[in-house]
Amino acid sequence: MIDLLQSLIDGLGRGSIYALLALGIAVIFGVMHMVNFAHGELITVTAYIAFGVVVTTGWGWWAAAPLIFLGAVGTSVVIEFVAFRWVRGASDFTMLLTSFAVHFLVQAIFVMTMGASVRSFPRPEWADRIWSVGELNIQIVDVAVIGTTALTLAATVFLLQRTMFGISLRAAAEDFDAARLMGVKSNKVIRQAFILAGALAGIAAIFYLMRTGQARPTTGLSPLLKGILAAIIGGLGNMQGAVYGGLLLGVSEVLLRSWLPEDLVGITDGAVFALIALFFIFRPQGLLYVRSAERV
Amino acid sequence: MLEISGLTTRYGAISALRRVSLTVGANEVVGLIGPNGAGKTTLLNTVAGLLRPAEGEVRLEERAVTGDSPDRMLRAGLALVPERRRLFAQMTVVENLRIGGVTASAEERSERLDEVVELFPVLKEKWGTAAGYLSGGEAQQLAIARALMSSPRIVLMDEPSLGLAPVLVDFVFDLIGRLRAEGRTMLIVEQNATRLLEVADRAYVLRTGEIAVDGMASDLLQREDLFDTFVGSARDEDSKPSEPDTR
Ligand SMILES: Nc1ncnc2c1ncn2[C@@H]1O[C@H](COP(=O)(O)OP(=O)(O)OP(=O)(O)O)[C@@H](O)[C@H]1O
Ligand SMILES: [Mg+2]
Repeated sequence: MIDLLQSLIDGLGRGSIYALLALGIAVIFGVMHMVNFAHGELITVTAYIAFGVVVTTGWGWWAAAPLIFLGAVGTSVVIEFVAFRWVRGASDFTMLLTSFAVHFLVQAIFVMTMGASVRSFPRPEWADRIWSVGELNIQIVDVAVIGTTALTLAATVFLLQRTMFGISLRAAAEDFDAARLMGVKSNKVIRQAFILAGALAGIAAIFYLMRTGQARPTTGLSPLLKGILAAIIGGLGNMQGAVYGGLLLGVSEVLLRSWLPEDLVGITDGAVFALIALFFIFRPQGLLYVRSAERV
Repeated sequence: MLEISGLTTRYGAISALRRVSLTVGANEVVGLIGPNGAGKTTLLNTVAGLLRPAEGEVRLEERAVTGDSPDRMLRAGLALVPERRRLFAQMTVVENLRIGGVTASAEERSERLDEVVELFPVLKEKWGTAAGYLSGGEAQQLAIARALMSSPRIVLMDEPSLGLAPVLVDFVFDLIGRLRAEGRTMLIVEQNATRLLEVADRAYVLRTGEIAVDGMASDLLQREDLFDTFVGSARDEDSKPSEPDTR
C-alpha cells in the first residue's frame, strides 16, 4: 500500500512534466492539425540556457527559472514564425515533415556550436532533498512539480474557459474556418497557441532540467516522445485527455519500473510502448475522443 | 451594399462559378436558388473569403474586398451563416455567441448578447448546454444568432432550413421575415424556392455555375417553367429530400 502510494507520487511527479508537454502538443494539434515534433526543441534550447545561466554566470536557479520560461515561449514563437507559418494550409504530411526538419535543424545547430558532448550544470541543492512522512519518502522536487503543474493547469483552464483568447482557441481547434468566419484571425490565434504551448513547455522544462542537470543536442528528444505519446493516449487534440495521458504515462512508467525484475528495468520504455499498443487495440480512439479533431 | 461582378471560382480545373454577377442593395433581401451542385455554396463561401476567386470582383459598401480573408470580411460588416451551420459543438451556447462577437469590445458583446437573447428566447434556456446537444431548430437559431453577434451590415445564409422538420422550416422563414422587418440586408440561399421567394425582394437563379435568370421575387414566383427547368425541385414545400440532421 505504502509502495503503491510512493509510486503514485513519483509517477505524478514525472507525469506532470509529460502532461504539460502533451497539453502543448494538443493545443498546437488543435489549431494546426500537426503533431509538432519540434516541441522538444523548447527543452533543448532551454537546457543550454540553464547551462549558460547556472554555470557561466553563476546566477543560480532563481535567475535560470524565469529565463528558461521566457526562452521556451520565445523559441516557440520563433519556430512558428520562421517555419510553420509558411507551410500552413499545406498537407498534413508537409507540416509533419517541417516539424521534423526543425527538430533536426535545431539539433544540428547545437552540435555545431556547442558540440555533441554533454554539458552538465549543478542542480538546485534542494531538488534532491527528501521529505519523510511516515514511511513515505517524498522528493521535494516532486512536490514542487506536482504543485506547480496543478496551478498551471488551473490557470490554463481559466484561460481556456473564461477569456476570449481561450474561446477563440477552442473554436479554432474545433472548426478553423468557422472560427475565421466569426472574425478570429488565423495568424493571431496560431501565434497564441504557440505562446501557450511554449509557456507550458517552459514550466515543464524548468523541472525537467532541475532533475537532469544536463544539456546536449538531443536533450529534448525523450521528453518530446513522452509528450507525444501522452497526447496520443489522450486522443490527439483533446486537451483534457492530454493531461490525463501524461499523468497516466508517468505513473505507469514508475509502476512498471518497480514491478519489473532488477535486470529487466532497462526495458521499461519498451514495455510502456507495448502496453500503449495494447491500449490502442482496445481503445483506438484514445482516452477521450473528440470528433472535431478530425477536420473535415 | 454588396456588388459581385464577373466572379469565377475554381476547384482545381473545374469552374464551379463562371462570371457570376449579382448585387444586393441596402435593406434588401435577395434570394439565390438553384439545383444541387449549382454553385450556391461556392458563391457564398467565395464572397465570405473562405474561397479565393480566380477572376472577378467583390465590393462591399463601395470598397474592393475581393479575396479578403473571412476575418477581414467580417470586420468589413459581412457575416455568413454557413451551410450545415458549423456550430462549435463542444462549446456551450453562450460561448458560441461570445465567439460570434469576438471582434466587439466586452461591453458591446454583453449588450448584443442581451439583444440576441430577446430575439431568440429559447437560447437563454440552453445557455450552458453544449451546442452539439441542441435540437435542429435550436441549433439553427444559434447559428443565426451567432452571426448577428457581430452586428453585420449584411448577412449571408446558406440553406438555413436544411434538415429541419416542416414546422421548424416555418419557424425559420418567420424568423427571416422578422429580420427583414428590422431592415436587415440579407442574401439567402435555399432549396425551398417558393418559401424563399415569398420573403425575398429579388432573386437569382443559379444553374451550373452561371446566373440563368434573375428578377423580382414576386415575378419569379409566377414562372412555372422556372421551377421545372432550373430549380429542379417541384413547388411543394417538402420536396427537398430531407437530409438527416447531423447535430
Ligand atoms: N471542395 C470541393 N472540391 C471540388 N469540387 C467541389 C468542392 N465543393 C464543391 N464542389 C463542386 O462544385 C460544384 C458546386 O458546389 P456547391 O456546393 O457550391 O453547390 P450548391 O449549389 O451549394 O449545392 P447544394 O444545393 O448541394 O448545397 C459542384 O459540382 C460540386 O461538386
Ligand atoms: Mg450548398
